[in-house]
Amino acid sequence: MKSLGSIRRSFAPWADPASKPFISVKNVTKKFGDFTAVDDLSLNIYTREFFALLGASGCGKSTLLRMLAGFEQPTSGEIILDGQSLAGIPPYRRPVNMMFQSYALFPHMTVENNVAFGLKQDGMPKADIAERVAQMLKLVKLEKFAKRKPHHLSGGQRQRVALARSLAKRPKVLLLDEPLGALDKKLREETQFELMDLQQELGLTFVVVTHDQEEAMTMADRIAVMSHGKVVQVATPAEIYEAPNSRFVADFIGDVNIFDGKVISAEDGYIRVETTGGIPVRMASPDKPGNGATAAVAIRPEKIRIGRQPPAHAPVNAAEGEIWDIGYLGDMTVFHIRLKDGKVIKASSLNAVRAVEDPLGYDQQVWISFGEDAGVVLKD
Amino acid sequence: MAKLASALVSRLVIIIPYAWLLFFFLIPFFIVFRISLSQTAVAMPPYMPVFDLAGGLSGIMEKLGEFSLDNYVWLTEDVLYFNAYVSSVVIAAISTFLTLLIGYPIAYGMAKAPRSLRPTLLMMVILPFWTSFLIRVYAWIAILKPEGLLNQFLSAVGLIDQPLIILNTNAAIYIGIVYSYLPFMVLPIYSALEKMDHSLTEAAQDLGCTPAAAFWRVTFPLSLPGVVAGCLLVFIPAVGEFVIPDLLGGSETLMIGKTLWSEFNSNRDWPVSSAVAIILLMILVIPIVYFQNIQAKADDEGR
Repeated sequence: MKSLGSIRRSFAPWADPASKPFISVKNVTKKFGDFTAVDDLSLNIYTREFFALLGASGCGKSTLLRMLAGFEQPTSGEIILDGQSLAGIPPYRRPVNMMFQSYALFPHMTVENNVAFGLKQDGMPKADIAERVAQMLKLVKLEKFAKRKPHHLSGGQRQRVALARSLAKRPKVLLLDEPLGALDKKLREETQFELMDLQQELGLTFVVVTHDQEEAMTMADRIAVMSHGKVVQVATPAEIYEAPNSRFVADFIGDVNIFDGKVISAEDGYIRVETTGGIPVRMASPDKPGNGATAAVAIRPEKIRIGRQPPAHAPVNAAEGEIWDIGYLGDMTVFHIRLKDGKVIKASSLNAVRAVEDPLGYDQQVWISFGEDAGVVLKD
Repeated sequence: MAKLASALVSRLVIIIPYAWLLFFFLIPFFIVFRISLSQTAVAMPPYMPVFDLAGGLSGIMEKLGEFSLDNYVWLTEDVLYFNAYVSSVVIAAISTFLTLLIGYPIAYGMAKAPRSLRPTLLMMVILPFWTSFLIRVYAWIAILKPEGLLNQFLSAVGLIDQPLIILNTNAAIYIGIVYSYLPFMVLPIYSALEKMDHSLTEAAQDLGCTPAAAFWRVTFPLSLPGVVAGCLLVFIPAVGEFVIPDLLGGSETLMIGKTLWSEFNSNRDWPVSSAVAIILLMILVIPIVYFQNIQAKADDEGR
């Protein structure tokens, strides 16, 4: 069987029916007055997993995280951590720590006192605290800043202090609320990889909330895409991208071209669809919808080829159009191609060489085409 | 040209507060200071020397020689003044502490109240200011006197069979000061608590603090600037308070405000009362300046 992208470190406890989830969210609902923030949600998170909750603002991802931390109580349902129900356990007795979106560093304390805060509260001996704090500051490369107050640090440094502080107590689970949201793009990308390395090194379970799909794709082992308090799909980044289970996920993650149409026939793992624009499509599909059923075929822009000549398999999986817009991004170029019926298709091509002879230009007539396994047939 | 005008305007804006301080603080201060160096006299004004230009420059120089520190020496010789200063500071300190004890929970409750309710609560704190201060202090006489409202209520409930003697004691002064100055304590503490990031207490709880521990390790230290401001705003006027001890306190209550008043009005001794006022100012200003220096140094650390 073909693999959908590489699975990191061949780590996949969710695929193993024998493995027990570390965190189990069972039918959790959270209501604020009339508003349902989290709606009958169930999830399993495994030990040492880097799990991302991804969704637009207001989708309930932060509320779910706050319920894991203990700042909110579920209206109904149950959360189980390491075999123990968290119901009624206040935040200060939970073996989880949280890194806050605003970092929530104590402004009246130095960096080292911020990191030592939780350890002091636990009554750890002074010498051990000093050792642990030094270790934590080394981990986040802030040894030189131990005596500074938070307001004399840059945004990136504050983020590291918050991380060190939340890791100092060696929690079983680290919750991260938009951990990189306040950093600029370059720093954010660097820090993403640092966070991944750190999680590997410490062997912790991370649950991160983010609205940034790129961030979730880069860091997470699995992503839960959320919408209106529900989980729409939980899967690895590659599965989410290459095999979205719904129009919402396909549209939310990355760019996509969706061809709506009607099923003509289905056999041998392929279905034939006549799109509303009149393109005959043949696409791999494990399902066998009945003839005449509505179907939507989703194809990512990078899987669409552009050529001046019609491909050999034309008119199947091919259409003629005109270049409408060109966006040059450096590493790749995005073309908007207007088909005969007015539908605009996004296609992108990698700029693998520095200069090409006779590049495609505006208003040129071109053919778009795609392979029989380039797209996915969406169920709804 | 426009640039010059705007520069002039900005200068003018800066000058206004300085001019205010000059006319309403510095000049009166020097007048009082100058009188404190004079001698009392049966005349109008009731002190000497009085400067005039008739004697010319040499006349003025001659009269400057008449200035002396006699009044300050006098203050050290009579133990009454020392006792009055100490008693004022003690009464003001106790009242400030009581005001803090009552004011902090009020400010905390206001800061934690729903956002929509806060303006109303703020208004309720400020509302008593709309009635004359004097009338409010007089009202306390009606409440505290032996046959007053408080005693009537307590005996009606059956808690006491003898009326409590509160009026004309130090307890009445504490009640009066706490009541009158409470808003000055509540407002700065409220403003410090209100702008505090709520996630800080959550972070403290996340790191293992019970709500009480989170309060003492995070919330309270962060509200200290408000506490200090509130305490100064209560303590400073309370030290020199005259109306409350005069109306609510007993004859044996010694406060510097009352001493000053009797020196000025009963004894008509302007020079001594000026000296009393100058010393009072020193007692208040020197510790505050010292405290602010420490604060500024602490702020510089951790850079």
